[in-house]
Amino acid sequence: MAIVEGTDLVKDYDGLRAVDHVSFAIDRTECFGFLGPNGAGKTTVMKMIYCRTPVTHGDVRVGGISVRMEPRQVKDMIGVATQDDTLDRDLTVFENLMVYSRYFDTPRAVARQRIGDLLARFDLTGKRDTNVDDLSGGMRRKLIVARALINDPSILILDEPTTGLDPQARRQIWDMVIRLKTEGKTIILTTHYMDEAQELCDRIAVMFSGRILECGTPEDMISRVVGAHVCEIYARDETAVREIRKNISGNMEQVGNRLYVYGDNPEELAMKCDHVRSEYRVVRRTSLEDVFLKLTGGKEIK
Amino acid sequence: MRLEWPSLRARHVWSRDLEVFRKFFISSILPFFAEPLLYILALGYGLGFFVGSIGDVPYPAFLAPGILSYSAMFAASSECTYSTFVRMHFQKTFDAVLSTPVNIEDIVLGEILWGATKSVISGVCIFAVIYALGLVRPESAVIIVPTVALVGVMFASLGMFFTSIVPTIDSFNYYFTLVISPMFLLSGVFFPLSGSNLPDFVPVIAWFMPLTHAVNVIRPAALGQYSAGFAGDILWMAVFTLVFYVISTVLMRRRLIQ
Ligand SMILES: Nc1ncnc2c1ncn2[C@@H]1O[C@H](COP(=O)(O)OP(=O)(O)OP(=O)(O)O)[C@@H](O)[C@H]1O
Ligand SMILES: [Mg+2]
Repeated sequence: MAIVEGTDLVKDYDGLRAVDHVSFAIDRTECFGFLGPNGAGKTTVMKMIYCRTPVTHGDVRVGGISVRMEPRQVKDMIGVATQDDTLDRDLTVFENLMVYSRYFDTPRAVARQRIGDLLARFDLTGKRDTNVDDLSGGMRRKLIVARALINDPSILILDEPTTGLDPQARRQIWDMVIRLKTEGKTIILTTHYMDEAQELCDRIAVMFSGRILECGTPEDMISRVVGAHVCEIYARDETAVREIRKNISGNMEQVGNRLYVYGDNPEELAMKCDHVRSEYRVVRRTSLEDVFLKLTGGKEIK
Repeated sequence: MRLEWPSLRARHVWSRDLEVFRKFFISSILPFFAEPLLYILALGYGLGFFVGSIGDVPYPAFLAPGILSYSAMFAASSECTYSTFVRMHFQKTFDAVLSTPVNIEDIVLGEILWGATKSVISGVCIFAVIYALGLVRPESAVIIVPTVALVGVMFASLGMFFTSIVPTIDSFNYYFTLVISPMFLLSGVFFPLSGSNLPDFVPVIAWFMPLTHAVNVIRPAALGQYSAGFAGDILWMAVFTLVFYVISTVLMRRRLIQ
């Protein structure tokens, strides 16, 4: 059953259509990812879900409650880690979490307990009384995610939670997300890291220019959009790529000076691309990154 | 655009500001004492030596309640302009708050109440000092403290109105030079408006200045001259406050909820 359901969502910022008739249904205990290039409208969709920005047209229902009718009730169910750093720079780590818990009317004793747990989970116990200005970038992101959990939300919104984190810290966040999912939380995520999306997301939606281009499980999207294998061909310049394109047919996408030729059978692919003159050529298994490039690669942002 | 009612959650916004204030207690409390006290000492006693008395009131006793009114204005004004703007624009504090059940109406109310709280803190501090100097009657606190609270809410709302429309933080300079300073000088803080040899239109203009009505209540109260005329000034301030409170709420929603 869908816990977050967007129907025919539109968002206009004076003159600019940031989200253009988007619909989606996110299930309970699912991790749902919005992918897309910069400016695609991912953050805007999320802001409409957590009632930060009013919807221009359409509606979102969170746990059956419309964001148009009862924004406060909706916000009560959701924890948000925003893309921007919105930590309170006048306060310490502990104070940030404490002050934030009050916004949800959390009783003080409950809040203390949760803060202790969260600091331990995110390896921040040692920084409890440090001013947030004195944290490293990665610690700040972890604190933002920890803060999103302060109201014990059933739905967690993570807008690029791992941007700027080292590989270690990214995996810490991943483990956390997986654990939260098994605890029964619904997670809505955006990321520019395709490995992260593949690792964490049960389903993803690829957005472009305010629309959802494709939606499905990562495996499903891979087999539907690009097939199991790809031959990546790198040529020296534009003319060389164009020359190659003339000699190959089938499902392909050009991104800069690279040509991606898709196919299910690796031997067939290798043979097909055998005769082209290129700097570099390799046949490999496809990943979500190939789906992303295929769907958004050749297009111009409006 | 649909406005919502503010709720009790506004108190969380207020507590957050209080928490930061308590952390930086010494540096936060200093301006409340230092500048007004300088005025009272330097002008009240220094200049007052040459002025003597106004009517039959010695100049320090005349000036002290005026300065108290001014400090109430200044505390709320600076809080709800520069400080609120920093939180809103540079620190993105409100962005974080707005993803919780606290809504923009709560934020505006909480910030205004916090601005007013600073006026009360300031007013009470100065009251204590001028009481020690023998410049104010103690029982007048019953009238002065609530009036200072109203003055605080009034200037907090007016400041919030400017905060909701200024493009940059520098724009507040206009507000302070063109609104706050003239009020400081022409609302009867330093001298009575009637009977001076300023042009006749000055008292007329002064009637439109909120600080005038604050002084109209606070000074006579401090001198023990209680009157029913206070009601008119209080009503004036209440209406002014309500108007700017509503306008600033509407404009803040328009500014932050896009
Ligand atoms: N407050 C705003 N006012 C006007 N336009 C906005 C506002 N917020 C976003 N936009 C515009 O809406 C479009 C979508 O922005 P959005 O932030 O949703 O993109 P995104 O997919 O999250 O991008 P990124 O990956 O860079 O975070 C962009 O063109 C952006 O300029
Ligand atoms: Mg974004």
